[in-house]
Amino acid sequence: MIQMRLEADSVSVHRAGRALVDDVRLQVAAGELVGLIGPNGAGKSTLLSALAGIDRKVSGTISIDGRPLHSIGANERALQMGWVEQSGTIHWPVTVERLVMLGRIPHLPVWCRASDTDRQAVENALSLCDCQALRHQQVTTLSGGERARVLLARALAAEPTLLFADEPISNLDLGHQLQTMQLLRGFSQERRSAIVVMHDLSLAARYCDRLYMMHQGRIVASGSVAEVLSAQNLADVYGVSVISGCESVPWIVPDQLLKQHGKT
Amino acid sequence: MVSLCLGQQWISPWQAFSLPFTDPDSVTAVIVREIRLPRTLIAVIAGTSLGLSGAAMQGLLQNPLASPGLVGSASGAALGAVTALYFFSGIWHPQSVPLAGMLGALTATGLVYLLAGRDSSVSTLILAGVAINALAAALLSLLLNLAPSPFAVRELVLWTLGDLADRSLQDLWLMLPCTVAGWLLLAGVGRSLDALTLGERTARSMGINTQLTSWRIFIAVSLCVGAAVATTGMIGFIGLVVPHLLRPLANHQPGRLLPLAALGGALMLLAADIGVRLIALHGALPVPLKVGVLTALVGAPFFLVLILRSRRNYLS
Repeated sequence: MIQMRLEADSVSVHRAGRALVDDVRLQVAAGELVGLIGPNGAGKSTLLSALAGIDRKVSGTISIDGRPLHSIGANERALQMGWVEQSGTIHWPVTVERLVMLGRIPHLPVWCRASDTDRQAVENALSLCDCQALRHQQVTTLSGGERARVLLARALAAEPTLLFADEPISNLDLGHQLQTMQLLRGFSQERRSAIVVMHDLSLAARYCDRLYMMHQGRIVASGSVAEVLSAQNLADVYGVSVISGCESVPWIVPDQLLKQHGKT
Repeated sequence: MVSLCLGQQWISPWQAFSLPFTDPDSVTAVIVREIRLPRTLIAVIAGTSLGLSGAAMQGLLQNPLASPGLVGSASGAALGAVTALYFFSGIWHPQSVPLAGMLGALTATGLVYLLAGRDSSVSTLILAGVAINALAAALLSLLLNLAPSPFAVRELVLWTLGDLADRSLQDLWLMLPCTVAGWLLLAGVGRSLDALTLGERTARSMGINTQLTSWRIFIAVSLCVGAAVATTGMIGFIGLVVPHLLRPLANHQPGRLLPLAALGGALMLLAADIGVRLIALHGALPVPLKVGVLTALVGAPFFLVLILRSRRNYLS
């Protein structure tokens, strides 16, 4: 039997009387890379932060390795779960290396200094995300894409076993998009799993094990890449017709905007 | 040390240190013990509180323009102290003014707590602090408006300007418990402040209880700044400028900045107090300058320069 890392059932998030996430059921197995796709405003980020335990006003049940999320202490949770905020902010002009070191905070109790283990973890994270060259640069001088990579490195430095990444590749160039997807693919092995919000359906099709498609707060399709990315689903949810194919790699490009979309 | 020796009468360092032991009843020993020592210690303690609180507030709000005054306790302390000056001047015990100041600070903090509620975010907390600030300032103006004589107004206003002169060891003992409690609360928040570099939500994902952190800092700042203001009056800009100035030395890490800012605050207030005394000795001005005025005069332009210089770091 496959071991489930994350199980969520009837998860809803209400804000100001609106259901941003509505009755979501979702599972992530060990070693899986799960993609969460859907148009803007579908509730992907809200769902992701609910699953990661960032927001507390969440109804439904979420369990990590069979344990209810709310019963896991904050620090233990931080040791297990990494969360990469969508276009995360950095408030002080620290250097990249120090910023990535912040990822080690869950491993370092108050008053503890960084050990060699911590430095090694930071080193690994920097090289995984191709940030070594940036190490001494101030984060305020980074470009949007570089900052996204540094923030991913920060999350990886904590050595989580369950990674929640909110649009980690949206700001990246083609090369770094591939590199980051390969990194996430490599991360999701054995016990480690990742759930990733993304907009690039071709890369989602190529790298993810399974997809969940969200629309207006609900999961409207889930399962294998082929099932979820059917022409009918894409027309219903995104309101576009697509041209797709699969020569050496799968690709999907939008073709026409369908008329009835946008009016609803 | 300079602070111990400098005054109307210059006392040599050797004398300042040896006399209290060898000849405790001499005039010089009394000056050192009863006037210079409390003044120096209070400057160090209040300066530490201001610097530390400023660094903590800036870290908490992830904003280099935050100052300890935001929590409302400083104006609460000023209001309390001025109320005591207004109604009980001369009647009560000499320590009634700082005591009332501290009560004012605690009341202001309590009100902010009630206003913001338990589950408040950092910004709600600050809004509540600003509201209480405004209320305290309004009440302070009311007291000044209703003051019976120009002399009373002068006394009240001068008190709020911030001064270290004529403070006794009793004042010091009075401010110490609240101050130390505040310092202790602030001692362990460095890690949380570091995590807050990445914003409130990411800090939470890193296992930091941001609500607890903001309350802890809020209460700590209220305690030690309240105690400082109740004893010395409003001394501006130290809480703002010192952390800002020292931040590059701490590699912009809010946690590392805490001890540096504490030290820097103490040194800066002490230096400002020595400066005030030097000016008074020179006789350049008809009345002694208040130390709060000096820190504001030096601090404000200095701060402007800092902002202009670091503008590209923060604003672009």
